[in-house]
Amino acid sequence: MNKQSNTYTIIYIIALVVVVGAALAFTAMSLKPLQQINADADKMRQILASVHIVPSSDNIKPEFDKYITRKFIVNADGEELSGDAFNIDVAQESKIKDSAERQLPVFQCKLDNGDIKYILPVYGAGLWGPIWGYVAINSDGKSIYGAYFAHQGETPGLGAEIEKPNFSDQFKDKRVFIDGQFKSVAVVKAGQKPLDGEDYVDGISGGTITSKGVEAMLSNCLAPYKSFLSNLSKD
Amino acid sequence: MARKNKSLSVLFNPLSKDNPVIVQILGICSALAVTAKLEPAIVMGISVIAVMAFSNVIVSLMRNTIPNSIRIIVQLVIVAGLVAIVDQLLKAYAYDVSKQLSVFIGLIITNCILMGRLEAFAMSNKPWPSFLDGVGNGAGYAIILIIVAFFRELLGSGTLLGYQVIPQSFYDAGYSNNGLMILPPMALITVACIIWIHRSINKDLQD
Repeated sequence: MNKQSNTYTIIYIIALVVVVGAALAFTAMSLKPLQQINADADKMRQILASVHIVPSSDNIKPEFDKYITRKFIVNADGEELSGDAFNIDVAQESKIKDSAERQLPVFQCKLDNGDIKYILPVYGAGLWGPIWGYVAINSDGKSIYGAYFAHQGETPGLGAEIEKPNFSDQFKDKRVFIDGQFKSVAVVKAGQKPLDGEDYVDGISGGTITSKGVEAMLSNCLAPYKSFLSNLSKD
Repeated sequence: MARKNKSLSVLFNPLSKDNPVIVQILGICSALAVTAKLEPAIVMGISVIAVMAFSNVIVSLMRNTIPNSIRIIVQLVIVAGLVAIVDQLLKAYAYDVSKQLSVFIGLIITNCILMGRLEAFAMSNKPWPSFLDGVGNGAGYAIILIIVAFFRELLGSGTLLGYQVIPQSFYDAGYSNNGLMILPPMALITVACIIWIHRSINKDLQD
């Protein structure tokens, strides 16, 4: 058989692609349930990280069920919607321009000392890929209790520093309502201040685009919760 | 005996005399990207060893059937398939590691050392030597990555594997981390320094 003929070449590559494709499809299908469990557990871990609870890796689900007492969805007017808050795709929701149409998940968390915190997911873009996080708001809806950020592929040592406590701990006690007005939290170069008076944290040297991404993500994803948060302070 | 020596040289030559990074100057791009910290460099090194060993074996097994005109494409399909499977396995069984690696695992596909070894070695050698060649070249790559990452993390962040190693008293005395070390240019300069030292030891490599 002539191994250099066109027919052989075409049949060879088709067979190869079918075999490799089948192998990939089989691997992906058979591993899907395991991967989903891992991904869900990881999401639970991240949600708990925003209120500084770090469960051991085999204990994530029980701890999550223990602390997260309620999961619900609100709309931009602060009204509750029906649905499964845990499986809302925040990435998709954050891309909807009109915030009135977004479904906004809220995770209500009860700490050991009885304090209630509301954990809100955020999602945005860094330099190389998506960044996301969870912001825990105090029960009066006015200030931040804790934050957790993660990224897909920001530069290690630079943009990737947003996932470190050194960065996220800065958000504690930052106000989201100043004099009754909703204000997101700005991320600025150390030593600078934002112009319109909102609270701010220091960005990361050498990670400017990622820092800006965090700022944009917070303002895009927290602003729709405005009504929900101001209702909290009225209660 | 001669056969055994050949196997050994296939395995160990790439570690120094025939190192893919510092002698053949291949795979520099990923050496820049993953060496700001030691941990991703180590995991990347291990992944490259695994992918390179297995793709070398598979290509070597198929070498007599591959049509000449599409051999690069065939190699790419095999490498890409292998990397995707490794990625899926990591996601299912070692989720934390796969999060560590994130995009780097995809970068393995475009690693020029991989293509170079498939084309230069696996296409004309039997599976066992090809396996050794893959392990050897992967290890040669990993060693350089780890050396570069060691210096970049130590001097750039004062830590190793995330642990603080430079004592606080140094900082109190006026020492500060060199921010330039964690930027990509210093990876190139560090690689250049390693090449300099390596060449001055191995005089026969000098032109």
